[in-house]
Amino acid sequence: MANVIKVKKGLDIHLKGRASNVLLTGKNSDIYAIIPDSYNGIVPKVTAKAGEKVKAGSVLMTDKNHPEIKFVSPVSGEVTAVNRGEKRKVLSIVVKPDATIEYESFGKKQLSSLTPGEIKESILNAGIWPFIRQRPYDIVASTADTPRDIFVSTVYSAPLAPDFGFIVKNQEADFQAGLDALSKLTAGKVFVGVNKGSGALWDSVEIVEVEGPHPAGNVSVLINYTKPVNKGEIVWTINPDDVIIIGRLFTKGIADFTRLVILTGSETSERGYIKAISGCTIRSLVEGKILEGKEHLRIISGNVLTGKKVGKDDYLYAYDNQVTVIPEGDNTYEFFGWATPGTGKFSVSHTFLSWLFGKKKEYVIDARIRGGRRAMIMSNEYDRVFPLDIYPEFLLKAIIAFDIDKMENLGIYEIAPEDFALCEFVDTSKIEIQKIVRDGLNLLYKEMN
Amino acid sequence: MKALRNYLDKIKPNFEEGGKLSMLRSVFEGVETFLFVSNETSKSGVHIHDSIDAKRTMTAVIIALVPALLFGMYNTGYQHYLAIGETPGFWMTFVYGLLAVLPIIAVSYIVGLGIEFTVAQWKKEEIQEGFLVSGILIPLIVPVDTPLWMIAVATAFAVIFAKEVFGGTGYNIFNVALVTRAFLFFAYPSAMSGDKVFVRTADTFGIGAGTTVDGLSGATPLGQINVAANDMIGSFQAVDILGHPLNTLDLFIGLIPGSIGETSAAAILIGAVILLFAGVASWKTMFSVFAGGIFTAAIFNLIGTTVAMSISPPDHLLLGGFAFGAVFMATDPVTSARTETGKYIFGFLIGVMAIVIRTLNPGYPEGMMLAILLMNIFAPLIDYYVVESNIKRRLKRAIAK
Repeated sequence: MANVIKVKKGLDIHLKGRASNVLLTGKNSDIYAIIPDSYNGIVPKVTAKAGEKVKAGSVLMTDKNHPEIKFVSPVSGEVTAVNRGEKRKVLSIVVKPDATIEYESFGKKQLSSLTPGEIKESILNAGIWPFIRQRPYDIVASTADTPRDIFVSTVYSAPLAPDFGFIVKNQEADFQAGLDALSKLTAGKVFVGVNKGSGALWDSVEIVEVEGPHPAGNVSVLINYTKPVNKGEIVWTINPDDVIIIGRLFTKGIADFTRLVILTGSETSERGYIKAISGCTIRSLVEGKILEGKEHLRIISGNVLTGKKVGKDDYLYAYDNQVTVIPEGDNTYEFFGWATPGTGKFSVSHTFLSWLFGKKKEYVIDARIRGGRRAMIMSNEYDRVFPLDIYPEFLLKAIIAFDIDKMENLGIYEIAPEDFALCEFVDTSKIEIQKIVRDGLNLLYKEMN
Repeated sequence: MKALRNYLDKIKPNFEEGGKLSMLRSVFEGVETFLFVSNETSKSGVHIHDSIDAKRTMTAVIIALVPALLFGMYNTGYQHYLAIGETPGFWMTFVYGLLAVLPIIAVSYIVGLGIEFTVAQWKKEEIQEGFLVSGILIPLIVPVDTPLWMIAVATAFAVIFAKEVFGGTGYNIFNVALVTRAFLFFAYPSAMSGDKVFVRTADTFGIGAGTTVDGLSGATPLGQINVAANDMIGSFQAVDILGHPLNTLDLFIGLIPGSIGETSAAAILIGAVILLFAGVASWKTMFSVFAGGIFTAAIFNLIGTTVAMSISPPDHLLLGGFAFGAVFMATDPVTSARTETGKYIFGFLIGVMAIVIRTLNPGYPEGMMLAILLMNIFAPLIDYYVVESNIKRRLKRAIAK
C-alpha cells in the first residue's frame, strides 16, 4: 500500500492554452548552447575553445570549485563561441551541430555490478550530474555528500504543465534504470511522488501518491510530507525527465539529452509535445506555432510561475521541459482598472466579479503585475497557497532581515524558491518573493561555506 | 480615454526627476495609477499575477463601510429631528445628516491625504492607499458634534506618529483610525463624552433649526449604563434621547445616539458579509472578538451584582462600538495578529478586554477602542509564540530522528 499525500492548501490557476497529448515536430535547432545561469551554486570554468570539434558528451565547462562536476555539449559539432558579459561572466557556450549527432561513448553498464562510487563517476563524466540538486539551498548537489534520501516528483502540477505519464511512455526502462542508479547513491530511500490513481509502479523506490492543487507536485511538498529536511541533513532532488537521461547513460552508454518539451499558452496556434535536446533555441520550438500579431508576446522557458523570460534567439534552460507563450500586456492601459467590476479578471479573492464564473473557467492572463509594490499588508495570503509546515511570511521576513538563526529555525533548509511562486502570484503587495528567496539562499550558502 | 492617456504620456516628463514639476512627482504618479492600472510587466519571478492590488483591497473595505456610513448619516438627522421634536420625512432627515457628516469626512481626508502625499513626495515613494480606509473610518467613530479642528489635529497626529514614523502603510503598529479616536478622547475629554456630543441639536448650514424638546438627554445607552454602573440590578433600563425605553431590536437597528457609524449592528452586519465574502477580512478575528465578548459578558452575568455586570451578552455586542470594532478595526491586517492561530487569540482577548473595561471601569463607558489598541501591542507577541511553536516542532523533529 502506497503512502498518500493529500495537499489541501494551494491553487490551480486555469490558463487558456492547455496542450493535449500529441506530438508535434519542431524545427531543427541551428545552434545549441549551455547556459551557466541555468544552474545554481556553481562557478563556471570554460574548458572548450571556440573552433573546437566536440561530440555529444564532450566537456565544455566545469565547476571551478568542484572540477569533477562537468557540463557537456548536448550535441556534436563545433564550438562557435564563448559569450561573455560584464566582468567576463560566462553567458553561454555555443555549439553549431553536425547533421547527425555523434555521441561520446561511456560504455553500456550493468547497474547491478557497479559500486555507488562508479555510478557517481559515470554520471559526473557524462555531464549529467548538474541535474541532481540538493536541499538545503536548492543548488547543484555536492559530490562529496551521500544524501539521506533522494526525492523525485513525477507530478507536474504547475499551470499548463506536461503530463509525465505521456513523457515516460516508451521510456519506462530508461526511467527505471535511472531510479535504480539513484537508489544506489543514497543510504536511505528514493521517494517517487506519483499522481494519485495513476497506478504508476516503479521498483527499488518508495512510491508516494500525491493529490491536491498546485504546488502538490513540487518536490518540497513530497519531502515535507514524508521526511522533512532537518538542519545538517542533505537530500537530493531531481526532475523525473532527467532521471530518464541518467537511465539512458547506463542502458545505451551515451549522454543523450533528448527530452519532450511541451509547448503551451494562450498565444500558441499549435500545442503539444516536441522532441528536443536541452540547449536548443527557443525559435526551433516555437517557430510557426505561435500567434504573432499586434500583441507583444512573452515567451517563457518553463511554466508561468517559475520559468524565465526568453526571446526566440535564447535557449531552452537546462531543467525545463515546457515553453509557455502568453501576452506581454505592456501596451494595455486599463482605465480605472482597479475600480471596474472585473468579470474577466482572475483573482483568488472575491473582490472581482470573476468569481461568478466559477473556478473552472480558463483565463488569459498577461504579464502585467497589476498594481504597485507595497509593504506586506494582507496576512494569510501566503499561507493559503503554501502547503508546507512553515510560516512563509515569517520566513520571508527573516530572509529579508538576513537573520541566519531565524531562517534556520523557520525552515529555510527545506524550501526552494519555486515553493513561493504561488505566494508571489496571489500577493496583493506584488513583492518579488522568489527573487528574495533565491538571493537569500545564495547568501546563506556563501555564509555557511 | 485614449486622449487622456496620450495627454498623461505627454505631460509625464515634466514630473520626472529633473522636470520642472518634479516636486509633484508622487502626486502625478498617484493620479496616473488612479486613472490607469500600471502597464508594468513582471521582471523576475512569476510571470502572471493575481488581479488584486492594494487599491482594490481598500476599495472593497470602503464598499463594506458604505452601509454603516449611509445609516450613520440618516441616524444623525434622525436624532437631531427627534431632539427638536420634528418629523421632516426621510429625505430631509438624510440630507441633514449628510451635511453634518460630510465636513468631517472632508477634514479627515484632506488632512490625512495631505500628509500622505507630502511624505510620499519627500521619501520619493509612490502614494500608498492605506489612508483611503482610515480616512473614512475616522468620521464613523467620532461623535457628530466633535469640532472639526479637533478632528484635524487628531488625524494629523495619528497619521504622523502612528503611521509615518513607523514607515507608512503596512508598517504601523496601531490602527490609525483608533489612534485618532484615542487622541481625541485623551486630549479633549470634555468634548468627546457626556450627553451633548452624540446628538447635534443645532442647525447644519441653516437646515433643521429648532429648539430642543424638554427632558432631552443625549446620553448613549452605554453612557447610561456607565452612570448607573454601580446601582443594584433591576433598576436600569436603557432609553433613547426622549426617555423611551430601548429593546434589543432597537439596538440592532441602531436609531440610537452614538458615534456616527457605530450604532447600527444591521448596517455593520452587511459590511461584515461584504468583507468576508470578498476575502479581505479574516472571519477568525471577527468570530473570536464576538466569542470573547459573549464569554466575558456571560461570566459577568453570573456574578451580576451591578447594572453594568447584568447587561446580557447580545446587548453588549450591539451596544456602542463593539460590532463596528470587531468587524472593521480588529480585522485590520496590518495591526492584528498575522498567524491564523494568533488571530483566534487576538480576537478573543479583544472581546474579553472590551467587556472588562466596559463593566469594571467607572471612568469610561466604551471599552472597544482601548481593547483593540491594547491588543495591537500584543499582536506581535502572540505571533511570536505561535511561530515559536513551529520552531520547537522543527527542532524536536531534528533531535528525534
